[in-house]
Amino acid sequence: MAIEWYLVLSALLFSIGLAGVLIRRNPVVILLCLELMLSGGGLALLSFSRLHGDGDGQVFVLMVLVVAAAEVVVGLGLVVAMFRRRIPLDVDEMKELQG
Amino acid sequence: MNAAFWGWLVLLFPLLGSVVIGLTFRVLPARAAGMIGVGAIVAAFACGIAATISLQGEPAESRHVADSLWQYASVGGFQIDLGIYVDPLSAFMVLVVTGVSSLIHIYSFSYMQSDQGYHRFFSYLNFFVFSMLLLVLAGNFVLLIVGWAFVGFASYALISYWYRRETATRAGMKAFVINVIGDIGLYIAAILIFRDLGVIDYGAVFEKAPEVFQTNEWSIVAICLCLLVGAFAKSAQMPFHTWLADAMEGPTPVSALIHAATMVTAGVYLVARAHPLFELAPAAADLTAIVGLVTLLIAGTIAIAVTDLKRIIAYSTMSQIGYMFVAVGIGAYSAGMFHLMTHAFFKALLFMAAGSIIAAMANNQNIDRMKGFGKAMPFTAAMLIIGALALSGFPGTSGWFSKDEILDFAAFRGGWYEIFVVGGFIGAFLTAIYSFRIVFRILPGPPCEETAHLIETGHVVHGEPVNPATGGREDTEVGFPGEEHHIAEQAPGMKIGMAVLGFLALVGGLLQIPGVDDVVTSFLEPTFEDSPLAATHPSVSSAWLGLAEGAVISIAGIALAWWLYVKRPTAPATIRRRFRLLYTLFVNKWYGDQIVDFLVVRPVKGVGSFADRIFEPFLINGLTGGTIATVRSAGGAVRELQSGMLRGYAFLMLSGIVAVALYFLIRSI
Repeated sequence: MAIEWYLVLSALLFSIGLAGVLIRRNPVVILLCLELMLSGGGLALLSFSRLHGDGDGQVFVLMVLVVAAAEVVVGLGLVVAMFRRRIPLDVDEMKELQG
Repeated sequence: MNAAFWGWLVLLFPLLGSVVIGLTFRVLPARAAGMIGVGAIVAAFACGIAATISLQGEPAESRHVADSLWQYASVGGFQIDLGIYVDPLSAFMVLVVTGVSSLIHIYSFSYMQSDQGYHRFFSYLNFFVFSMLLLVLAGNFVLLIVGWAFVGFASYALISYWYRRETATRAGMKAFVINVIGDIGLYIAAILIFRDLGVIDYGAVFEKAPEVFQTNEWSIVAICLCLLVGAFAKSAQMPFHTWLADAMEGPTPVSALIHAATMVTAGVYLVARAHPLFELAPAAADLTAIVGLVTLLIAGTIAIAVTDLKRIIAYSTMSQIGYMFVAVGIGAYSAGMFHLMTHAFFKALLFMAAGSIIAAMANNQNIDRMKGFGKAMPFTAAMLIIGALALSGFPGTSGWFSKDEILDFAAFRGGWYEIFVVGGFIGAFLTAIYSFRIVFRILPGPPCEETAHLIETGHVVHGEPVNPATGGREDTEVGFPGEEHHIAEQAPGMKIGMAVLGFLALVGGLLQIPGVDDVVTSFLEPTFEDSPLAATHPSVSSAWLGLAEGAVISIAGIALAWWLYVKRPTAPATIRRRFRLLYTLFVNKWYGDQIVDFLVVRPVKGVGSFADRIFEPFLINGLTGGTIATVRSAGGAVRELQSGMLRGYAFLMLSGIVAVALYFLIRSI
């Protein structure tokens, strides 16, 4: 099976995620899209790992998954905190840190 | 225990006294603070005596001790020790300073008793004595400068002691500014000495100076002139004299201690201490003597004209210090130091008597108003007469021996130095007139209101608290003399202080009678043994001839004063009218303040206003304002990027990564 299909899928996943991060304003959705981007990257790593027949890429993907899980914990924690304080779930509203 | 050990103790006691009183003023009763203050100085005096005894135990050629506690600074080849130098000259100064200070502290103990700032007064006064002792005991020029600046500060703090009296605070600032000008002269001198000689300790400097410098070489003359700036400013000589009269705003014991007996003679001490340098620069030494002569004559004429009791005595102090500068300028070092000592006695005595009188006059200082004190306060009157006799050099008193010894040495050097003899005798004549002007104005005559009150009730008048300089009414909170500040002579402390000084002023001259004894000269000889000038002495017969001339002039002056102020009381007014021009000149102090104002203050103010109106708004504000505007506009441009929009940041990041990726892609093709 040619590697191109895997890479195209990976690029698609990454681009969809990126577009979501740039376009959507709901922090939960932005987190979801970030996960998509990470999955896209991970898929590319896995593909090349398989192509070259060595396991380094797979180890990398496992590491990325762990870090992503931690990141989601923090991100969702923030979202819960925002919800508790009745802050609208909209990243464009949260721009107090401007120059 | 050598002399240096006692020297350190001399320094320790006043410092301890000052610190203890200054820190415990909340808990310590006023009396106890006074006791500590007096005790510290008396202890220092005792240690001074011990130092002198231990010094006298040494053979004459090794009669000097240098000692260092620790190294103060060491940079490259520049080493400063926290060191003292005890030799006969500094021991002599220590004895005079601590001795007179002890008596004045005892006097102040009573004189200041109703003042609200009693603790502050004694803390300052002890600090002053510490600084003065540091000045005379310092073992190198750097420590000398430290002591020099400390006494300047102490003088400032004590002149402005009644700090809610505006005239006093202004006078304090004036004294401080002029003294700082002198300090700068001293700094420059120390820097020049170090540049040319590479050392800063007295012993090393005086040893190396003759090897390095030619006589009258410009560099040594420059050093001596810079030293003289410091000496003249501290000792109120022309043209730095204007602060001393205003310094009389301080309490009278301060005038007696700082502005008569000790601090203002520091300049004389400096020249005597640095005599090896001045003998290498005879031009500077001659200048010293000439300035002394000019000051003694000008101050004498002013003292005849002004009517403020304390200011008369202040001008007389300037005049007498002029004599001392003549002495150290022409090489009569021990005579100068002898006059310094006797002057400390009789001038402190005069100030004490004046303080007593001013207290009885409810702080009025105008001698035209004072009458009949001979009957009202016989003890003070007696002391005033003794002080005036000694000041005018009446035969037998201390001033007679010391002043004429100086003039005698001038005559002995001959040549153009004769002008110091002539000028000195004219000055002595003026001195006799103005000292007995005080006596004849104040003591005889029908009692004035205040003295009548004193005679009738035995109590001094409690007048309105007014400022003696301006006549304005004052409140009596802390920082002012206070309503109860009237003791006159009744307090025992004042009587003790005056009586001892009166005794010393009478008999102090017996230390040094030509042909009989020469205690001071032989005591100081080890210090001045390297000086060819000090080794020569006028003959005994010429000394007695000079003394006889001095006696005649002194008696003539007193007689003239008697004729003017007692026999023909209308005469002074006639003379004033006849010589209106001269009188205006004298009573306005030769326009010294105005000249300084015109030559120094106005130009400096002009530069200041130029800087304020032209330089600052255009140059400084233009430069700094321009820089600020540039930075601000640049910041404003960049600030727009910081929108706070999370998605905007993400987009920027993406663009950046894409740009970098494109760059590498294009390069790789």
